[in-house]
Amino acid sequence: MPFGRKPKEFPDHLWTKCPNCGEMLFNKQLARNHNVCTKCEHHFRLGARERIELLVDKGTFAEQDAGLSSGDPLTFTDSKPYPERVSAAQAKSGEKDAAIAGSAQIGGNPAELVVMDFEFMGGSMGSVVGEKITRAAERALALRHALVVVSASGGARMQEGTIALMQMGKIVSALARLDEAGVPFVSVITDPTTGGVLASYASLGDLIVAEPGALIRFSGERVTSGTVGEKLPVGFGRSEFLLEKGFLDQIVPRAQLRDRIAFFLTAFRAASQDMRWSL
Amino acid sequence: MLDRIVGAKKVDANGHLPMDADLITDSTQLASRASAWEAVQAARNIKRPHTLDVITRVFDRFQELHGDRGFRDDPAIVGGLAELDGRPVVVVGEQKGASTEENIQRNFGMPHPEGYRKAIRLYRLAEKFHLPLITFVDTPGAYPGPEGEERGQAEAIAKAIFTMARLETPIVVVILGEGGSGGALALAIGDVVLALQNAIYSVISPEGSAAILWRSPAEAERAAKAMRLAGPDLLDLGVVDALIPEPAGGAHTDHEATAKSVKTALVAQLAKLERVAVADLLSSRYERFRAFGTITEPGAVVAPPPARPWWRRLPKMPGRDQK
Repeated sequence: MPFGRKPKEFPDHLWTKCPNCGEMLFNKQLARNHNVCTKCEHHFRLGARERIELLVDKGTFAEQDAGLSSGDPLTFTDSKPYPERVSAAQAKSGEKDAAIAGSAQIGGNPAELVVMDFEFMGGSMGSVVGEKITRAAERALALRHALVVVSASGGARMQEGTIALMQMGKIVSALARLDEAGVPFVSVITDPTTGGVLASYASLGDLIVAEPGALIRFSGERVTSGTVGEKLPVGFGRSEFLLEKGFLDQIVPRAQLRDRIAFFLTAFRAASQDMRWSL
Repeated sequence: MLDRIVGAKKVDANGHLPMDADLITDSTQLASRASAWEAVQAARNIKRPHTLDVITRVFDRFQELHGDRGFRDDPAIVGGLAELDGRPVVVVGEQKGASTEENIQRNFGMPHPEGYRKAIRLYRLAEKFHLPLITFVDTPGAYPGPEGEERGQAEAIAKAIFTMARLETPIVVVILGEGGSGGALALAIGDVVLALQNAIYSVISPEGSAAILWRSPAEAERAAKAMRLAGPDLLDLGVVDALIPEPAGGAHTDHEATAKSVKTALVAQLAKLERVAVADLLSSRYERFRAFGTITEPGAVVAPPPARPWWRRLPKMPGRDQK
C-alpha cells in the first residue's frame, strides 16, 4: 500500500478498546453483552433504553410521562442559554431529558421503573427527572407496586439552580411516604452516580445495589483532592469501596441484575401477602 | 374548614395575619436589591451573626446537646433544647466560626456525616416529645473530603432530608447566611422556610459553578448572578416563604437587632403552626416541596397549584394590595 494513510486496523465505529484490560472489542459483540467487556467484565456505561430492555420482562414496559420536557426557571445563560442546551441534548439523544420512566414487570413482579441516562447532560437532575421519579413513586404508592430507580448522574442540574436542589426534597418526600406505606424501593447505582442524586434518592433504597466498578461519590474527584491537597487512593469512591464501608447491600454484575431484582421483589411481595406477619 | 375548627384566623382588612407584618414577602417591596455578588459577600461576612450568636440572643436557657451516639460530636453542627418565649423547642444549626482559629475548629461550617446524624437524632427527639423544631442554615456545603466519603456523607444528608420530610412536629427553617446545596437542604425541609434578607441559597457555590460552566473560578460573580441565589430571587422562586429584614448596613453591623427580627419571626410562625394538626402539616409540607419544578407537558391539563393553607399565607406588600 504505497500511498495514503494506512487504513486503521480497528476503526472506532467497529471496535472499542477496553480501558481496563486493553482488549479490542467488536462493538456488536459488546452491545450483545450489554456493554460488558467479554474478557475482563469491565462494565461500560449503558444507555437508558438498553438498560430497560435488560431489566424488564420482554414487552411489559409501558413508558409513562414521556412528554415531560424542562422549562427554564432561572432564564439561565452561561455560554449559551439553557433551553438551547436542552434542545441540543434532545436532538443528539432523541430523548426529552435524563430519565425514562414507566411501568413494567420484573420477573413477574409489577414495578414502577425509572432509569437515568448519563448521556443526557451528564444525567443531571432537574425538574423533569424530579417530576418523573416523584410521579413514579406516587404511582407505586397508589398501586402498591415496588419502585426501582437506576441512577447514573453527575448530580443536580446547575442550570436550574435551587429549583434543581428542591427536586431532592420533592423526591425524598415521596419516598418517605412510600416507606411509611411499606412499599419497597430498590435503588440501583451505576457508573457514575455523584452529588445531589447520591445525597438523596440513590442512598435511600430499602435495598441499594451497585454495578461493579461504578464511581459513587458525594463530591467530584477535583473537589475532594483539592480539599485535602493529595491524591486519593486507587479505587476510592468505587462500588467495592462503598461495599466495604457498609453503604451497599451488594455489588451485582449487569448480567445478573434482572434476576436479582426479581428475587428481591418476589420476596417482599410474598412477605406482604403473608397475613401471618401482620397479625 | 380547618380555620373554623381552630377558629384562629384573625385576619386584618387585607386578609392577612397581622403577626407576619415584619416579614418581607414580596421582592418588589424592597427599596433596593443588593447585587448577587454583594449578597454572596454579605452572607459570607465573618462578622455576620452565626448560629450560636443568634441562638443565645433569641432563646432562653439554651442547653447544647452533643454527639451522634455513633462516632463523635461534630462542631460544625450545634443543637439542643431551648425556650422560645417560654415555649420549649429543639434547635439545630450549622455553625461557622467568627475567627480563623474558630473556623478551623468548626471546619468552616462544613459538617461531616456525624454532624448530620446528630441533627437527625435531635429531629427525632423533637418529634418524640412534641417539641417544635427550629433549624438555622449556614454552611458553604457539606465537607467534601475523603473522611466524609468514607463515613457516608451522601447517605447522612439523604437520611436527614428523609427524616424532616415526615417529622411529626412543626418545623421552621431560617437560612442565616450561606445555604450551600445538599449540605444546607439536610436542615431545610420545613413547614415554613425563612431567610435573612442577605442570605443566599444555591445548588453549588458560585465558584464551583463558574469553574464548571465558564471553566474559570474568576467568573464567580457572573455565575452568582445567573444562579439567582440571593434572598429576593429565592422569594420570587418560592424557595423561601419570606425574608427577615436585616438592619441597615447588614446583619453583621448589629447582632442584637438581627436576633430580635429573627425572634419576632419565629414566635409568629410557631404561634400559627402550633394550631395546625400534625397530619395537615405533613400534607402541606409535602405539597410545598411537590410543587417545585418547571416542566412542559404536551396535552396535560395544567391544574392550578393547590391553595396555600392559611398558616403559609403571608401578607403581601401594602403597595401591591392597593392595586
